[in-house]
Amino acid sequence: MVKSAFKKIYTFLIFLFLYAPIIVLIIFSFNESKSRAHWTGFTFKWYIEMFRDRQIMSSLYYTITIALTASIIATVLGTIAALGIYYMKKTPRTIMINLTYLPVLNPDIVTGISLMLLFILMKFQRGFFSMLIAHITFNLPYVILSVMPKLKQLDNYLYDAALDLGATPTYAFRKVVLPQIAPGIFTGFLLAMTMSIDDFVISFFTTGPGVSNLAITIYSMARKGVSPKINAVLSIMFAGVILMLLIINNRMSRDNGRKENVV
Amino acid sequence: MKKHLMAYPYALWMLIFTIIPLALILVYSVITIDDAGIHFTLDHFRRVFEPIYLAVFWRSIKIATISTIICLILGYPMAMILASKNLSKKSILVVLFVIPMWMNFLARTYAWMTLLERNGLIATIIGYFGIQLPSLLYTENTVILGMVYNFLPFMVLPVYSVLVKIDKAVLEAAEDLGATPFIVFRRVIFPLSLPGVSSGIIMVFMPALTTFVISRLLGGAHFTLIGNLIEQQFLTTMDWGFGSALSVVLMLIIILSMGFAMRYEKENQGGGLW
Amino acid sequence: MHEEIIRLVNVSKSYDGQQVLQNINLGIGRNEFVTLLGPSGCGKTTTLRIIGGFEMADSGDVIFEGKKINNLPPYKRNLNTVFQKYALFTHMNVYENIAFGLRIKKMDKEEIDKKVKEVLNLVNLRGYEKREINSLSGGQQQRIAIARALVNEPQVLLLDEPLGALDLKLRKDMQLELKRIQQRLGITFIYVTHDQEEALTMSDTIVVMKDGKIQQIGTPQDIYNEPVNAFVADFIGESNIIDGVMVEDYYVEFAGRGFKCVDKGFLPNEEVDVVIRPEDIKLVPVEEGMLEGVVESVIFKGVHYEMIINGNGLRWMVHSTMMEPENTRVGMQITPHDIHIMKKVKTE
Ligand SMILES: Nc1ncnc2c1ncn2[C@@H]1O[C@H](COP(=O)(O)OP(=O)(O)OP(=O)(O)O)[C@@H](O)[C@H]1O
Ligand SMILES: [Mg+2]
Repeated sequence: MVKSAFKKIYTFLIFLFLYAPIIVLIIFSFNESKSRAHWTGFTFKWYIEMFRDRQIMSSLYYTITIALTASIIATVLGTIAALGIYYMKKTPRTIMINLTYLPVLNPDIVTGISLMLLFILMKFQRGFFSMLIAHITFNLPYVILSVMPKLKQLDNYLYDAALDLGATPTYAFRKVVLPQIAPGIFTGFLLAMTMSIDDFVISFFTTGPGVSNLAITIYSMARKGVSPKINAVLSIMFAGVILMLLIINNRMSRDNGRKENVV
Repeated sequence: MKKHLMAYPYALWMLIFTIIPLALILVYSVITIDDAGIHFTLDHFRRVFEPIYLAVFWRSIKIATISTIICLILGYPMAMILASKNLSKKSILVVLFVIPMWMNFLARTYAWMTLLERNGLIATIIGYFGIQLPSLLYTENTVILGMVYNFLPFMVLPVYSVLVKIDKAVLEAAEDLGATPFIVFRRVIFPLSLPGVSSGIIMVFMPALTTFVISRLLGGAHFTLIGNLIEQQFLTTMDWGFGSALSVVLMLIIILSMGFAMRYEKENQGGGLW
Repeated sequence: MHEEIIRLVNVSKSYDGQQVLQNINLGIGRNEFVTLLGPSGCGKTTTLRIIGGFEMADSGDVIFEGKKINNLPPYKRNLNTVFQKYALFTHMNVYENIAFGLRIKKMDKEEIDKKVKEVLNLVNLRGYEKREINSLSGGQQQRIAIARALVNEPQVLLLDEPLGALDLKLRKDMQLELKRIQQRLGITFIYVTHDQEEALTMSDTIVVMKDGKIQQIGTPQDIYNEPVNAFVADFIGESNIIDGVMVEDYYVEFAGRGFKCVDKGFLPNEEVDVVIRPEDIKLVPVEEGMLEGVVESVIFKGVHYEMIINGNGLRWMVHSTMMEPENTRVGMQITPHDIHIMKKVKTE
């Protein structure tokens, strides 16, 4: 009895610690005055101001454009790469897989500055495209690591059977292999989107004047002090991420459910 | 057909945008460029070992270590509680732990900024009791708080995922052999959970060591960790050589600590998996 | 008879409102080999877990050497368990696994060494001390699990389908080995299985369970020869169970004719189950048979042939060492002793 009461209280305290700041942040995005301590009335003012703010809107535009473009490119390139790696011999495959883990394990700050150095030395103007390349780079591993497990589950005989039945390799790939790895590709795409929208550090080092994503804008605003407008942006981002997460989670549990049915 | 050729565009991409950039950092850490050309030098590394910079490293390692330990102390019991719950409730609680993890860490840090600032909610509430607090923001403890807050889920989830996989029968077997609940924990549960603990430690220690955002927002403009130092070298003082040397040392520290954590993991899996 | 060591008194248990054990009363003697036998889900594991202390009964008592131990936690009970899937500690080697219980008792190093060695000898795994658990085969892991329990010298050993995961050959060997160990050490074994053959060959006493209720307690011979109802008869061995009418004492009608039998004490014309074991039906030339039929199928079962014979509107299973080819007409002979009459179990 005592033990279970302790567990409940502990769980409650931890969740309070985790969620109270976020909830306070969301609540005060609806606060009439600029105060972060006194509630003076409900308003959508800050959300309206947020939509009027040119800088925020421009960074929202860049965030979404870059996230979408980078995820699509990373998904295509990553899927092709995953197939290639899958068909490699053991040693090169191991090398490639380890290489794929490298950017995941590398600290963001190092990835960021190293890319920045590269762009500067190549005299590649930093801005939209440099940031796009950086995002593709850190998204690629997530796509590959999502697709690879699906490839491993793939029944090789299916592809051979399709060929045996007279399908051309392209046709067999499209009709037999692709549908089976599609869930992994989609999960990879969603993961890439989420990472991209969420990224601050790497974007911060690889962007150039005039181009910033939401995270960078928030950072520069926050450095100057707090403002309810930031609360509004963050609340919206929070809602967005939860939505994404729900979709990913839903897909994954569906995939898992299917796997269990097969076994 | 040569299907493996499909990996080549990716390999090329990785070469240009991951390997070459990392190599550049290595190169820049050992050269100086002046009018006469490019020279090899170890000056940058020598500078890293000057007392003021060593102090920054020391401080970063200390803060990251303290944060990691606090995350472990707070997170381990939480992971145990999560692992012990019955299934239906469990999945909800676990999802609730995952959500903050996916939230932008700027948002999480900023949330504490608004809570802790001079006119923030906490100061105001405590002010009602007639207590005037010294500044809550911009101290070392605030930075640690921010790190613990940001990285706690990264400790809980790996430990949890190892704990749930422990066969309940194994625990009953220990009890059957005369082990009291405490001994069951010390001799069976804890050793079996070590792989989760070591990945939790890596997942907390690494970002805590390399961050420059949490220290900047919660520690103030003069609070310097390795991350801030590196950022300064590349964005303000433009001393790429020194910045690269700092990055190389940072990567070395990370590789060493990861190797340490991994080796521990290996030992405790009885060599079965590796 | 054995002196009693454990007694369950009116033990009941339910999970989420579903009754899994109902008024279990069971006495277990010292040095006895008792087997709980029954189909999957009948409550065998639950009974064992209540004895082991891992589960608490909703009502009723668990008595150990005359004392109630209802609320005693497992680590204070002087009995040990061999778990269904072994539950070995994978982070320790063989030696550490076996020494686990002894270490807790703070036994000194030399004595632990000695005991581990002894028990490894007992389970035929001499020299395996340093091996990692994951490097052992299923049968070896099984024996380590047994050794780990036995080394504590418990008065009672609980075994939950300990051989369930092994292949047939190994299973047979281990059955013999377990029996040998039990007799040598003189410990009470409470053994769970759903394999009737295993139960028949190993046990002193068999407890047949169904749907959380004890159906019959008895020696293997009792259970096999005098099953109290059709369920026990069917479960303990494949049997022919036929609807019959007990016309009067010592006279039963089934399959369209009357038979002499040895049972009495039924109501006149009471409907009963008639149980006849396949090996008790003798095949004879058609003219000599009490019943006759056509051989429908023949399977060789190693020692005997199993034949299905279609006759008198019923299909009879017959075991015989002599084979009759398919489609031959045969006669069947049953002696009064081999006709078991049972009260109909009321099925809800
Ligand atoms: N922890 C539990 N929660 C809910 N129901 C349970 C639990 N443990 C057992 N049961 C139910 O109790 C009944 C008896 O289970 P028990 O494990 O005792 O059966 P068993 O005879 O050992 O079967 P098997 O031969 O399959 O091992 C089953 O219907 C089972 O579903
Ligand atoms: Mg069972």
